[in-house]
Amino acid sequence: VSKGSDVLDSHERVRFEQLVLPHLDAAFNLARWILRGRADAEDVAQEALLRAFRFFAGFHGGDTRAWLLQIVRNSCYTWLEKNRPMEHSTEFDEQLFPQPDVTPESLAIAGDNRERLSRALESLPARFREVLVLRELEGCSYKEIATITAMPIGTVMSALARARQKLHDTLTQPNSGRNQEARREL
Amino acid sequence: VNCELTNSVLHGYFDGELDAARAADFERHLLSCPQCVAALEVQEASRSSFQRAGLYERAPDSLRRNLERELRAPSPVADISAGVKSPPSPLWFRLAAIAALLLFGFIGWRLFSITSADRSEAEVASAIVDAHLRSLQPGHLEDVISTDQHTVKPWFDGQVDFAPPVRDFANDGFPLQGGRLDVIKGRSVAVLVYARRKHIINVFIWPSTYVDDRLRSGSQLGYNWLGWSNGGMQLFAVSDVSPSDLNTLHELWTN
Repeated sequence: VSKGSDVLDSHERVRFEQLVLPHLDAAFNLARWILRGRADAEDVAQEALLRAFRFFAGFHGGDTRAWLLQIVRNSCYTWLEKNRPMEHSTEFDEQLFPQPDVTPESLAIAGDNRERLSRALESLPARFREVLVLRELEGCSYKEIATITAMPIGTVMSALARARQKLHDTLTQPNSGRNQEARREL
Repeated sequence: VNCELTNSVLHGYFDGELDAARAADFERHLLSCPQCVAALEVQEASRSSFQRAGLYERAPDSLRRNLERELRAPSPVADISAGVKSPPSPLWFRLAAIAALLLFGFIGWRLFSITSADRSEAEVASAIVDAHLRSLQPGHLEDVISTDQHTVKPWFDGQVDFAPPVRDFANDGFPLQGGRLDVIKGRSVAVLVYARRKHIINVFIWPSTYVDDRLRSGSQLGYNWLGWSNGGMQLFAVSDVSPSDLNTLHELWTN
């Protein structure tokens, strides 16, 4: 291996550390909410960041955060497809989607606001969860959300409207999980 | 009557994503549509409760460290090309390399089993510091506000499946402020809140069969923590007070 390529490598690494690593929290947070777990998010975020480093030479500036989050999101869905195919292949139909224990009891026990919201958010389909996380937690613009989620920019607004409605429903009707259960049995 | 804008343009307006002309149109519409006005209020309220909830989860230190290490390691591409170019090594060399690998693997495995207990403790400590930070957000500190241990203790009945010891040390400079429930690594735990001068100390309590007489301590993000086991319970005190204050609280607790 020539000395020249080492120097080049280390130059690229420094540039990567300066431009991309500051968005590590954003990467982890998005993965955590798409995958609904910190441990999996840590693995997938690490893999995504290393992948981003390999692609980095081909990245010619622009919105670094959106570029990184796009890679993180793709890594998350690839991981879901491999590890939780049910969750991935059903197009996130809530009827089939495993409801993570949102019951009146769990909402009551989880008295505090954070726990309540976090459970409600986790009970939404991934497509809704990701737009809410990008908009409300990450503060992304519609344009950035469109880039990250590969959605036409014209549909970001209606996706957010549906996601917010869904979150609102979950929070105001803590029985919805139960009702679905009952409906399915009928 | 359902206004169709409630589920479309309203959100663009709410997110500040409409151009000036469309925003002005929507504002004119608001004057005559009470439904959109109400919907906008719901959105404002839910955004502010979303933001107060502190749902944003930052990357753990372990992820940052692992990445920095991986990035500094020689790139795998370079390794492959080096392997192709170098002449094949003699058999004895390769056998020696395998033996060395096995030996290192064994040592690594031994070290791992020794340190994994420490590591899981570090994870718990970091989860607890996170929970401490969350609790300092407005309205998050206490579920039951009382300086009376006989009010706080019964409150936990039916909230957690164990009876946490509740003690007040007001006479020793650590007045009880109240209690709350928290979740640490997926488990519901009881938290007692103490005041120390102008500072807040959170004491996290959960049952544990694991008995360890060692007093464990550390600091993270400028917060000190002290952990001990007592009477079948695991206790962790976290605060921005000095480690010696935490030690005093520990002594009061165990005496």
